Amino acid sequence: MSPLQICLLLSSGLFCVGLAGALSRSNSILVLLGVELMLNAANLNFIAFWRFGPAPEAATGIVFVIFSIAVAAAEAAVGLALVIAIYRHQKNIRLQEATRLKG
Amino acid sequence: MMSPQYLWLIPALPAAAAAIGAVAPRRGRALAAGSAIAALAAAFILSCAALRVALATPAEHLVHNFAWFDLGDGVVAVGWLLDPLAALMCVMVTAVGALIFIFSLGYMREDENFTRFFCFMSLFAAAMLGLLIANSLLLLFVCWELVGLASYLLIGFWFHRPEAAAAAKKAFITTRIGDLGLLLGMVWLYHAGGTLLFYDHGNGCLETAALARLAAPAAGGLAVSTAIGLLIFCGAIGKSGQFPLHVWLPDAMEGPSPVSALIHAATMVAAGVFLIARVYPLMSADQALAGVPLHALTVVAFIGAITALMGACIAVAQNDIKRVLAFSTVSQLGYMMLALGVGSWVAAIFHLLTHAFFKALLFLGAGSVIHAAHHEQDIRRLGGLAPRMRITFATFAVGMMALAGMPFLFSGFWSKEAILHAAGAWPVSLLPLGFGLAGVVLTAFYMTRLVAEVFFGPARSEPAGHARENSALMTAPLLMLAVGAVGLGFIGTPAWPWLQSKLTGEAIPARSLFEGGGLMALSIGLVFIGLGAGWAIYGRRARTEAAALDPLAARAPVIFNFLGARMKFDELYAGTVGRLARWAGTLAVGLDRWVWGGMVLLLAKFGELVGVADREADEAGLNAGFNAVSEKLRDAGRAYARAQTGRAHGYLRALAVAFVVLALLIIAEGGR
Amino acid sequence: MNFLLVIIALLILASAAVAMSLRNLIHSALLLVGNWIGVAAFYLWAGAEFVAFAQVLIYVGAVSMVVLFAMLLTRRGRADAAISPDAARRAVSALAVSGAVAAVLVFAVKHTPLPAIPAPAPSVTVRQLGEQLMGPQAAALVLVGVILTVALLGAVILAATDRNSSEDDVP
Repeated sequence: MSPLQICLLLSSGLFCVGLAGALSRSNSILVLLGVELMLNAANLNFIAFWRFGPAPEAATGIVFVIFSIAVAAAEAAVGLALVIAIYRHQKNIRLQEATRLKG
Repeated sequence: MMSPQYLWLIPALPAAAAAIGAVAPRRGRALAAGSAIAALAAAFILSCAALRVALATPAEHLVHNFAWFDLGDGVVAVGWLLDPLAALMCVMVTAVGALIFIFSLGYMREDENFTRFFCFMSLFAAAMLGLLIANSLLLLFVCWELVGLASYLLIGFWFHRPEAAAAAKKAFITTRIGDLGLLLGMVWLYHAGGTLLFYDHGNGCLETAALARLAAPAAGGLAVSTAIGLLIFCGAIGKSGQFPLHVWLPDAMEGPSPVSALIHAATMVAAGVFLIARVYPLMSADQALAGVPLHALTVVAFIGAITALMGACIAVAQNDIKRVLAFSTVSQLGYMMLALGVGSWVAAIFHLLTHAFFKALLFLGAGSVIHAAHHEQDIRRLGGLAPRMRITFATFAVGMMALAGMPFLFSGFWSKEAILHAAGAWPVSLLPLGFGLAGVVLTAFYMTRLVAEVFFGPARSEPAGHARENSALMTAPLLMLAVGAVGLGFIGTPAWPWLQSKLTGEAIPARSLFEGGGLMALSIGLVFIGLGAGWAIYGRRARTEAAALDPLAARAPVIFNFLGARMKFDELYAGTVGRLARWAGTLAVGLDRWVWGGMVLLLAKFGELVGVADREADEAGLNAGFNAVSEKLRDAGRAYARAQTGRAHGYLRALAVAFVVLALLIIAEGGR
Repeated sequence: MNFLLVIIALLILASAAVAMSLRNLIHSALLLVGNWIGVAAFYLWAGAEFVAFAQVLIYVGAVSMVVLFAMLLTRRGRADAAISPDAARRAVSALAVSGAVAAVLVFAVKHTPLPAIPAPAPSVTVRQLGEQLMGPQAAALVLVGVILTVALLGAVILAATDRNSSEDDVP
């Protein structure tokens, strides 16, 4: 197996672990962390394709990952603020009970 | 065989133990403590192996450097450094640390946060060991800050006590002031020297080529190296509790006793002395310049001398057993700085090593007393412990003799003699020697007072009366440290200067004990004067009740109370620096509220105006047509809303399933 | 080279899986910190030092702190720890769905022709990155800055206690 394949398998695995966590946990914080893991998996892919891709001098992959990390940081901040807001309203952070946005 | 590229294992082992302690459940006491002690013991064995390698070629600096990251214009390199100084310090830290860890097993037994304690202690040890083997000021700085962090966590370990939380904050912020100087010095050094590596086969910043460049006279006849050296010394002032930043060290007593022992003996305060010893070539680079108004080392010597005397004076009037020891640490660190300043860094390291053993012994002894007396720390309320805690008493007495510098048998005597001898030979001034000799009397005096108050006379409170000797888990480390406190002195006597010749890498001829014997006789006499005075005042007529006035307080109440209040340094800082900060804060609030706030308000008003105009236009002209469209949109929205369950899990699951279906479609389409 | 990669991969996957399955929230967070460090190690392995530092600074340094604070602020004794009746059902469905996703992804990776020979490690210095960010990508950089500012303000507003509305507007 070539290193690129290992990298891609690693990122697939990390993505699925994050997905499983986000789907199975009821604690909103852990769901958010699962989403963070999925984002990290995407970043791993960017780096892997940059490293083994056809034009590594262009550094596009790295620049993309930097932006992605910045957006992920914003997402984490807003997400955790939302968790705290949810906590204030319903006195717990179980995601399956936070259904006030239903149509 | 221990070559330099494997040196990282020494700090990595305790760091791994800290990681284990961090994730261990609260019930996993055996796991946390076992891994911490095992890791430190393994690090001790590795350190001994490293010491063996280092001693084989004492004059060389074995390094292993590598690029950390690439800046485009240059590479930031870090590395490990193995020389007798680093190896000896590693052995000392791991040995003393392991004994303190074992003692903690007994001392912290009832604490519910036992695993967290061992996690932090391992982190502390790991940071210190990393600092010792660093071959780059940058790496050293990183570990230096880690040491600061760990000390913050440990001093504030009982954070539910407000004093402990405040003491932790004080320690962190006070040392941070010094660290600012260190950081500036580091940046300047990188700018002036182009590298932060200490030794790099001739290219390091502590090697001849760079030093010659740095020590060239610049503005005002001062060399750049003087300024950099003084900035680096700022960091050491903060970390090693030197005047005027010593105020955090006595408050650090709020942590558990083993933490105090670790801070005062092996890790935290030793870092400052070690730093100056490590960059000693840089500090002394300006010595060769003639006619310079200021040498960096002169400042070091005077700060050290002032600290040595001041700490000893304040220690005389303290009533908390750990506070007396804390100020004795301040004073002893002053001696080490004094030795560095007068040019004998070897004597400083010698004293650092011996001090580590007997101060750890004294603090663990104090911890043993406190544990037995149910957390009674006031020496006026203790008393009469000698017959009931024989091992603690005997070992504490050994530590006290070593600290006081009882001649010939105890290690503190030899290292203190080395320092006084170096101070006596200093050509610049004999004032530091005078301060040091005065400190010798006071040291012997306050230690006699401490022992007499704690161990003799009648028990003066309920818990002191019920105190019993602690388990072997706590007394065994005391005994082992006592052996070190006695034996360690003999590796560096004038008659057999093994340590000195190994540290410098040069053969140092043995001197007869009686060469320069006048100074030695004088200091021996001073020790006995101090011991005699202490015994005459506190020992002969032991205190009988806790509320009785201290004999010195009765005779000179003003001075005693001034010293008892720690020379009012805290009040002085609160009155000057604290008030200044408050004024600056008030000013900033005023600026924010009136100037910037006013501007923002103005902008907001403008925006409001635009909005009002907009709304008028909107309502008058555009609304009618949109209303009809929005009605349709609302109907469509209602239809979609039924699909929205509000369950985030469901949405995510639907997304994932849709992805799988789409991917399967594409795969089927592609035929692969 | 591959050996090191496999070790890093195992570290990442194991810490993520254990973190996602632990009951103790704080331990999960600590393991996730380990996971992020592993990802940073991967970036270092791939030669993207700058991204590795950004990862350590932002995830290990900042996000982990925010997460820990959120956990401490929302801690509610034993009530949250109780297993809800549908937890097992949800876990099974989660595993099934993510298993399906994994199967599809692995199939895709296995059956895509990829360059088999590893290219020599490219070196991108911080200077080049800075020129990229300040030159061709300047607009994106500014946008990210705006997003971060808005997110910061939004987070503050969301998490701030509203003094005017009373606390008991819970349905």
